[in-house]
Amino acid sequence: MYAQMIKTAGTGVKSREEMTEQERAFQDKIDADIKIEPKDWMPDDYRATLIRQIGQHAHSEIVGQLPEGNWITRAPTLERKAILLAKVQDEAGHGLYLYCAAETLGVSRDEITEMLLDGRMKYSSIFNYPTLNWADIGAVGWLVDGAAIMNQVPLQRTSFGPYSRAMIRICKEESFHQRQGYDAIRKMAEGTPEQKKMAQDALNRLWYPSLMMFGPSDKDSVHSAQSMAWKIKINTNDELRQKFVDQTVPQAEYLGLTIPDPDLKWNEERGHYDFTDPDWSEFYDVVKGNGPCNVDRLAARNKAWDDGAWVRDGLLAHARKKAAAKVAAE
Amino acid sequence: MTRDEAFLQFLLRMGDNTLILGHRVSEWCGHAPVLEEDIALANTALDLIGQTQMWLGLAGEVQGEGKSADDLAFLRDVWDFRNVLLVEVPNGDFGRTLMRQFLFDAWHSIMLGRLMTSSDDRVAAIAAKASKEVAYHLERSGDTVVGLGDGTEESHRRMQEALDYLWPYVGEMFASDEVDAEMAAAGIAPDPASLREEYDALVGRVLRKATLTIPDSRFAHKGGRNGRMHTEHLGHLLTQMQWLQRAYPGATW
Repeated sequence: MYAQMIKTAGTGVKSREEMTEQERAFQDKIDADIKIEPKDWMPDDYRATLIRQIGQHAHSEIVGQLPEGNWITRAPTLERKAILLAKVQDEAGHGLYLYCAAETLGVSRDEITEMLLDGRMKYSSIFNYPTLNWADIGAVGWLVDGAAIMNQVPLQRTSFGPYSRAMIRICKEESFHQRQGYDAIRKMAEGTPEQKKMAQDALNRLWYPSLMMFGPSDKDSVHSAQSMAWKIKINTNDELRQKFVDQTVPQAEYLGLTIPDPDLKWNEERGHYDFTDPDWSEFYDVVKGNGPCNVDRLAARNKAWDDGAWVRDGLLAHARKKAAAKVAAE
Repeated sequence: MTRDEAFLQFLLRMGDNTLILGHRVSEWCGHAPVLEEDIALANTALDLIGQTQMWLGLAGEVQGEGKSADDLAFLRDVWDFRNVLLVEVPNGDFGRTLMRQFLFDAWHSIMLGRLMTSSDDRVAAIAAKASKEVAYHLERSGDTVVGLGDGTEESHRRMQEALDYLWPYVGEMFASDEVDAEMAAAGIAPDPASLREEYDALVGRVLRKATLTIPDSRFAHKGGRNGRMHTEHLGHLLTQMQWLQRAYPGATW
């Protein structure tokens, strides 16, 4: 998942006594794993939080096209170019399902798009990092999609029906992307000394930003409890981050690459790897807009939107003319 | 010119058209006016790159020098490319990109339809697969040209400008030379000139619906499909496309 720092609406988890009858019935459904559908009653705060979360996820898919698109015209073989095109196309498709899921909550795609463009809504911090060599494309698939899947797999069971169904579909494609990404970086790691250098460089730059994708440490993550009670967040940030590290370290070892963390080591007692937390001050800087690519990414999206206005207007005008002609003919 | 030499030239023309247009379309990734268009453009580029793998793969086989489709795509220089000039001109605005796509798709769909009955089974098989994809490309680019041509005043103006700019590049798709004569004699591919009537009818029908006016002139820029003189744009495109293969020769990716 590409949602971080989602501010849960409302004042926190209510006890059963504090809930209205409607709220109790709603919570009972969630506790019984019955999906909430768009026409069902839901608390306003549940709706607002989901719009933020699904919207941020959708925006991440859209902005996420940019760092990968950066290499489509330079892909080194026809097959790699085709794979990357297919992946970016899938991501745009994920954006589309997610915007549709958000629309079922009563917010239009244009409305939340404008909130992205003017900075009221965010996208995942990871896409504010640049893709500088071809191995980054493999590393994005391996690490970024890998981290996304960690979060998305549990979200297939999330309480809101349209979101859960979108996740089921997205997860299938994401796990495919992750395998392709790993394959691409494996080719580099097993290649010439220059290719190996590119692979290591990609891992060095993307490791900590990937860990940041799970959001701040649990002790600083103040909004989780209500979202977890609503089952729109299933695991805590730290649980998922640990799971990701545990999964990824052996994969890096297999590739012969070194994770840029001298303190990383297996902890027999915990049965997990100990690792260094990312630099959270850097994370907050990126979230505030000071990442290496924030300005460029948002400018690119704004330019696409502004330059495309005449196209959207033209097609809409044509559709209206056609509809009017049809009515006149009847 | 031997038959195999002509056959190689023909295959390079087909494969280079799809390669260069696929590249141009892929430049849009993430920058389209609306999400559905991002998806459609990526999908079109993907189809074209897939077709390139087939055409250039066969070209390498016919050439018999052990070259792969990738060798042909990434290790030739401008003068070796055999695509029509139309596909290498820069994207311009979305209107020009879609107009170029439509003008190419219309030719492509007619050409592939004829190639399905090629005397060479390999050509017929590639054409059969590609024509399904291209039928969709044509439907989409045609609908978009109509929608924007007959949309607002601004969209109409932009589409007419796109058509005026691109029309001089249309004629090259129908120019015939000794390669085509050899291919036609062998029953491998039609004489390009023989596609023009069907093309004019198809394009005329769509552009009328789009309320656009086809320029009067039949003047045609040429030099792409025989490699005599490409535009200045192709060299820049290749510097990007071929960068990794050129900078790190011999690496596998």
